[in-house]
Amino acid sequence: MKTILNIKNIVAVLLISGLAFNCSNDDDMNDVMPMQSSPDFSGTYMQQDQMGRPAVNTVFVSPSSKDMFNVTTPSQQGDAFQSMFQTNLMALSPAYANPGDANALGLDAATFTGLLATDVLNLSLDGTTTFYDGTNVLTGRALADDVITVELLLIFGGEDFSENPQLSNDNVDANDKPFSASFPYLASAW
Amino acid sequence: MKKMKVLLGIGAIAVAGFFMVAADHIDAPAVQGGTSDITDFYAFQGQNTNNVVFVANVQGLLSPSATADASFDENVMIEFNIDTTGDNVEDLVIQAIPRDGKMYFFGPTTPGSVGLNSSVETSAPQSMVEVTPYGSNAIVKESNGLKIFAGPRDDPFFMDFAQYGEILAGNATGFNNPGSDTFAGTNVMSIVVEVPKVMLGGSGTVNTWVESKRKQ
Repeated sequence: MKTILNIKNIVAVLLISGLAFNCSNDDDMNDVMPMQSSPDFSGTYMQQDQMGRPAVNTVFVSPSSKDMFNVTTPSQQGDAFQSMFQTNLMALSPAYANPGDANALGLDAATFTGLLATDVLNLSLDGTTTFYDGTNVLTGRALADDVITVELLLIFGGEDFSENPQLSNDNVDANDKPFSASFPYLASAW
Repeated sequence: MKKMKVLLGIGAIAVAGFFMVAADHIDAPAVQGGTSDITDFYAFQGQNTNNVVFVANVQGLLSPSATADASFDENVMIEFNIDTTGDNVEDLVIQAIPRDGKMYFFGPTTPGSVGLNSSVETSAPQSMVEVTPYGSNAIVKESNGLKIFAGPRDDPFFMDFAQYGEILAGNATGFNNPGSDTFAGTNVMSIVVEVPKVMLGGSGTVNTWVESKRKQ
């Protein structure tokens, strides 16, 4: 009788471990099915970097303010940074200090830096999207846009892009690998 | 003499600042060279002209040998912000955040809160694509109307940044012709999302920017 009890116990233990094993198997199955195992997305994410137009923080924000610029929301950047932008623009391109001086968009130092200090990239939903293509201005930024030459022209090129030719084009006009016409558009890695 | 030293010092700092940075590569001390350092942002009409494309690049100046080991940081969310009302406050966001070799996208959706701090908008439409490994063909997924990609790409930015530094340092009076692309042969970690225009209001002009946000 005692032996039979022992056997019963052993069978029970085996059954329990068998069940446990099955449960564990079921959990593994659940992990394989994406709908039933959502990754952990909890928590608060705090801003570290931001960017709208190319090279704005780089060129127009003074070194000690670059981190602050990255954590100032765009709606507050104009008030906080326009005056610094204007000072740095006029240091880079002294012609802007002359009364009436403007760039090819007709913007004087105050208006130009007022535009740039709110660092958002305008995007048209109605057609051509380009930083500047000779006709359209600030309707987006395409991969092939020579944004640096456009910015150099607006900083150094004067009213008709003719001033300071040695400073207003870096003579690198295209990427080192061709872009694709189809998604994901960027060239494969080197 | 002392004043001159101070002036020279300020000049040197300014030049160093210009040297270290480009489109937005290594733009500020707190993020430079880290996994949340945004190098570039693009927004343009897609091949299908009913769509627009957003590109966010992070972790710039990766050499080919360093690219195989580069990865997205699971503690860093990349957030595309779209202002549809002209007040430069985001009305819609698209969030991208990696988990276990996959990039998850949420949105476009109205964010629960605007500004510097965000939660993952888990109740928004969720899309997911495997992060393309270095050396593989691009893995592309279509989901919830979006087309999505995440993985290493050639850095699409081009500029003679080295010569710009020489000019600012007073060592040169202008650019060379032809110039030399400082970013040639380097890679970035790239996130690309193509969105139907109708999801962003359909017509008119929107204001857009990209943010990197780190889990606290």
